[in-house]
Amino acid sequence: MQLTINGELRSVPDPATVAALLDHLALDARAVVVELNRTIVRRPAIATTALRENDSVEIVHFVGGG
Amino acid sequence: MLEIAGVPFRSRLMVGTGKYRSNEEMTRAIAASGAEVVTVAVRRVSLDRADEGGILHQLDPKQYFLLSNTAGCYSADEAIRYARLAREAGFNDFVKLEVIGDRETLLPDTAGLLEATAVLAAEGFKVLAYTNDDLITALRLEDAGAVAVMPLASPIGSGLGLLNPYFIRTIKSRLGVPVIVDAGVGTASDACLVMEQGVDGILMNTALAEATDPVLMAEAMRHAVEAGRAAYLAGRMPRREIAVPSSPTAGMLR
Repeated sequence: MQLTINGELRSVPDPATVAALLDHLALDARAVVVELNRTIVRRPAIATTALRENDSVEIVHFVGGG
Repeated sequence: MLEIAGVPFRSRLMVGTGKYRSNEEMTRAIAASGAEVVTVAVRRVSLDRADEGGILHQLDPKQYFLLSNTAGCYSADEAIRYARLAREAGFNDFVKLEVIGDRETLLPDTAGLLEATAVLAAEGFKVLAYTNDDLITALRLEDAGAVAVMPLASPIGSGLGLLNPYFIRTIKSRLGVPVIVDAGVGTASDACLVMEQGVDGILMNTALAEATDPVLMAEAMRHAVEAGRAAYLAGRMPRREIAVPSSPTAGMLR
């Protein structure tokens, strides 16, 4: 499946859900926030939200800042 | 005690987490500052390596109050997007709102800031709005629903200190919500002078991160903020353009 993840076009082995994508990327779902096609994926929905071909995903976290 | 939107905070000094030479130095400096509120930024995770960049590996969210910022945002829409992402992280609904208007000075886009403040306040965000030292903008931000207004002492990262004590004093005297001076402090005397204006608190980052010894500077800042606050409460003596002797003029040898 082709996805745009954080601005990069990526092929990923058909993750059925956002949770599966985070697993694939070795990211802790509790430590990140996900936006799917410009809409935030609420925490409880991460396990059930499906991904489709050409979806745009943003995965963010907190970094140092002033 | 400092209270913002009904939440009490044990320190009037708030600190950022950017630009430190190492995480170890950052955590030690923050501990030495005595700050409870620490600011963080929202950025994309790196997809290609283990997730070491996250600040939560360094700071215990149970020990510190994480205040996410919208630094780097140049429009109201962008800042609103970042604020919503930050809130979804689930720590609190506070946001240090920045809408920057100019890449050279990093001065705020006050029109965009007012717009974003109104939108976010309506969504239940507790907006702490980073702004310039302009009274009218500060008043409008309060009207728009900001729970605190954060005028600058001088531009972000400049270390130029408090450029206009009179404007900061005026803003403090006219606003009902807390006034936290954000940006521009370079050293302890700057922080002390800011607090002597009677403001409720101060937020700094670069002054600590770029000090030769950030831990020692953090300690100095903690004392400076306490000293400045105490001096404000104590009430300074009047300024006089003449000398007045401190020792008795009577009883001199003749």
